Amino acid sequence: MARGSRLLAALSKHRALYLLMLPGVLYYIIFKYVPMYGIVIAFQDFSIGRGILGSEWVGFKHFVDFFYYTPDAWKLIRNTILLNVYDLIFHFPLPILLAVLFHELRSARFRRIVQSISYMPHFLSTVVIAGILVTFLSPTTGIVNALLVQLLGLEPIAFLGMPEWFRTVYVGSEIWQKLGWGTILYMAAIAGIDPALYEAAKIDGASRFQQIRHITLRGMVPIMIVLFVLTLGNFMDASFQKILLLYNSMNYETSDVINTFVYRRGILDADFSFATAVGLFQSAIGFVLVVAANRFVRKHSDTSLW
Amino acid sequence: MKIKQSLASRLFDAFNVVVMLLLAAVMLYPMLYVFSASISDNALVASGQVLLWPRRITWIAYEQLVARSELWTSYWNTIRYTAVFVVLTLLATAAMAYPLSKRWLPGRRTILLLAAFTLLFSGGIIPTFLVVQKLGLLDSIWAIVLPPLISTWYLFIMRTFFEAMPEELEDAARIDGCGPLQVLLRIVMPLSMPVMVTIGLFSAVNQWNSFFDALIYLNDRGRYPLQLMLRNILIAGETVQGEGDLSHLETTKYAMIMLATVPILCVYPFTQKYFVQGAMIGGIKG
Repeated sequence: MARGSRLLAALSKHRALYLLMLPGVLYYIIFKYVPMYGIVIAFQDFSIGRGILGSEWVGFKHFVDFFYYTPDAWKLIRNTILLNVYDLIFHFPLPILLAVLFHELRSARFRRIVQSISYMPHFLSTVVIAGILVTFLSPTTGIVNALLVQLLGLEPIAFLGMPEWFRTVYVGSEIWQKLGWGTILYMAAIAGIDPALYEAAKIDGASRFQQIRHITLRGMVPIMIVLFVLTLGNFMDASFQKILLLYNSMNYETSDVINTFVYRRGILDADFSFATAVGLFQSAIGFVLVVAANRFVRKHSDTSLW
Repeated sequence: MKIKQSLASRLFDAFNVVVMLLLAAVMLYPMLYVFSASISDNALVASGQVLLWPRRITWIAYEQLVARSELWTSYWNTIRYTAVFVVLTLLATAAMAYPLSKRWLPGRRTILLLAAFTLLFSGGIIPTFLVVQKLGLLDSIWAIVLPPLISTWYLFIMRTFFEAMPEELEDAARIDGCGPLQVLLRIVMPLSMPVMVTIGLFSAVNQWNSFFDALIYLNDRGRYPLQLMLRNILIAGETVQGEGDLSHLETTKYAMIMLATVPILCVYPFTQKYFVQGAMIGGIKG
């Protein structure tokens, strides 16, 4: 009661400030929290005509449908996990390595130039990158196959028509696009290291590699931890838009992931409840992963996301 | 004073420079090739005879694109969507970040937590689609502009920036009878130019490059943004309306990539500073 009246008093006193916030708060409610509430249709046989309140509740029917009666369910889960794991394996350590190499360059000017060049791919759109991949990798007119044939005398390879090449193409292009940009936060961490540490290490006779290991890398640990937890937070949905652009019926075996399946069943086939259930399964895993990862790092280090 | 370098150290330096040169080559080659291919002879490109430099230079691919009205409509749509989006994003984000920067404002923490939670969990593609549909936004500019309007990261970056601003500046305006909205528009936002430019640029690039919202929310080809048109032509292999002449098929693809990318590449060198700054504020302050 007392709390409520205090809130009312605050509301009227700072009326103008709350009014200012109103569009933003409405945005969060309409486009973030209403869709969260909309997840309940995963447990219904939702039809647009009847709406959420009028649709029939069916419990876990759609989850059972997915896990037991969808022949591709296992393939989708496997592809989602594998593409993300490969991405993590390459995509997490490489920027750290590159940041150290940047830092070790003797010419600041040369470093700035290489850094700028390496950031560029980050600004290309997913469609442009996928378009470049599709045209470069074309078995008949692409430059990659032209090189393979002319220089190495190999037969042309239909990279995007073969399931065994999809992961390589996907992970390779992700690295190409994100490697340079991924170094920025590490460079900031390195810039924050006290130069006196390096001086002291030199006087103590530490070699360059010892300096890298004990000073540079150690100075980057907090940001590594934060980025690792954040990466796990996005773990399940990786670059689904890029997959959507690159996949086709010939490489479904390795390229079809949960999100692309949700898109096909939900948007293209308008099977809303089923697609929401499958999507919920994925976001639940992502949520559990990030919470667990954060708990783990909070227990074992001084850094954590929250 | 020059300290003599050990052999290992010098070898490492040499190795490092070689790695950097390779990296630069790998990053630049695809874009360079796209440009070269776009101004070369179609037959030479299709048969793999253009490797790095353009051969038999011709602008015919670009000339062919100029004639395609559909492409220019989508270009104009992208410009429209991007401009409206950037203006609304900056206004809505600033209007929400400003009250949230007042530490004494009751309810501030709750709202921040509710915003932060959306970073960890979201309704997903389908429920969001249903909301947009229910609101009757399908096939309009609002389906593109409203759903991604406020990014929680940018909201937090702006709030942090506003928090650091001395309150005395605002007090003077308030004594002159300005309400919070005027203080925000006349004092706070102009004094926050670096963060406004950074977030404005990030939002512009994101909107310019996005295709997925358009893919699910727009049916009318006349409203398609450039990226979606590009996707249909480059990836889905769709032919452009009224296209009968396939003799420049390959080079027009490359020319189209150039047209979609050049605006970004032109802006990029001048704004790189802001982008780097933005990535850092965003990363350090979560």
